[in-house]
Amino acid sequence: MCTYTTVKAEVEGSGKGPGGTWIRVTDATVYFDHPVHAMHEHTLNIDLADPSRDPAARVALELSADSARRLVEAIQQALAAVPPDLLASPPTA
Amino acid sequence: MNGSLSATTVRFPGHSGDEIEAYLARPEGDAPRGGVVVIHHLPGYDRATKEMVRRFAELGYDAVCPNLYSREAPGAAPDDAAAVARAAGGIPDERLVGDVGAAAAYLRALPNANGKAAVIGYCSGGRQSVLAACNLELDAAVDCYGAFVTLDPPSEFPLKVSSLVDQLPRLSAPLLGLFGAQDSYPSPEQVADLGRLLDGHGKRHEFHVYEGAGHAFFAVDRPSYNVAAANDGWERIAAFFAANLGN
Repeated sequence: MCTYTTVKAEVEGSGKGPGGTWIRVTDATVYFDHPVHAMHEHTLNIDLADPSRDPAARVALELSADSARRLVEAIQQALAAVPPDLLASPPTA
Repeated sequence: MNGSLSATTVRFPGHSGDEIEAYLARPEGDAPRGGVVVIHHLPGYDRATKEMVRRFAELGYDAVCPNLYSREAPGAAPDDAAAVARAAGGIPDERLVGDVGAAAAYLRALPNANGKAAVIGYCSGGRQSVLAACNLELDAAVDCYGAFVTLDPPSEFPLKVSSLVDQLPRLSAPLLGLFGAQDSYPSPEQVADLGRLLDGHGKRHEFHVYEGAGHAFFAVDRPSYNVAAANDGWERIAAFFAANLGN
């Protein structure tokens, strides 16, 4: 199906994008739908993009639902292991 | 028919006069022929869709697929363009109708056109095919597993679409529907609902629901591809167009 369900979030950081170059990313788009490349009928897809640049300024992920849950868990574990004062540190640039 | 054809990228004014890109395939020769507007799926104006356009030319029709994301992401790779369009909330219905209407007019104005035009769409394009046929004068319409034709998407969905139930009385063309029995959107129940509504309005339609097939069974580059359903579906489409787009 095309679920059309699209969840958006503002993000701040960088990703390695097209041509091996790093790009600043400001927008995350998350949806469960047909992948372009992954061998599943549906995947959890994440686009990290800088919409102020051209459409190719994007880091794309297509993960099986289980993989996506494992990734969420891993991110939560990694963040939970960080001392709170480090998490609160402001951006340096 | 020997399968000889030519295919190229063209541009013409779409909805509101905006210039849009489109992929055109035409059978060789000067025999009169009908036209087919192909509506690509949500993942975009991609290689697999262009293969379908060429197949319609191989079947003897002029076929054109407008790039529905021409405005959002001109010249972008299909997956990047689809990401931009999705993040923007999808394609407004009014604009879709304008672009398909422009594509049908483009086909009808080609040399050797017999004046008949059909629309076919896949996935989100399935709903858009029905939408176009409710708002344009067409000779045939094909809905390949389009969801949200008979019911609205859940309220939290950001895409600006709604059910087409109130538009069905305006359906201008016979409708061929091809669906997977294992699909949930649209489910076989939703397909049956659509059939009942069309019966109620006295609208000609022919539906096939394939056992063992899910969504997107025509997509040759995806795991959902189902040989039996796709082969039979292509035969149904060929027969439907022969009956409705002929000279």
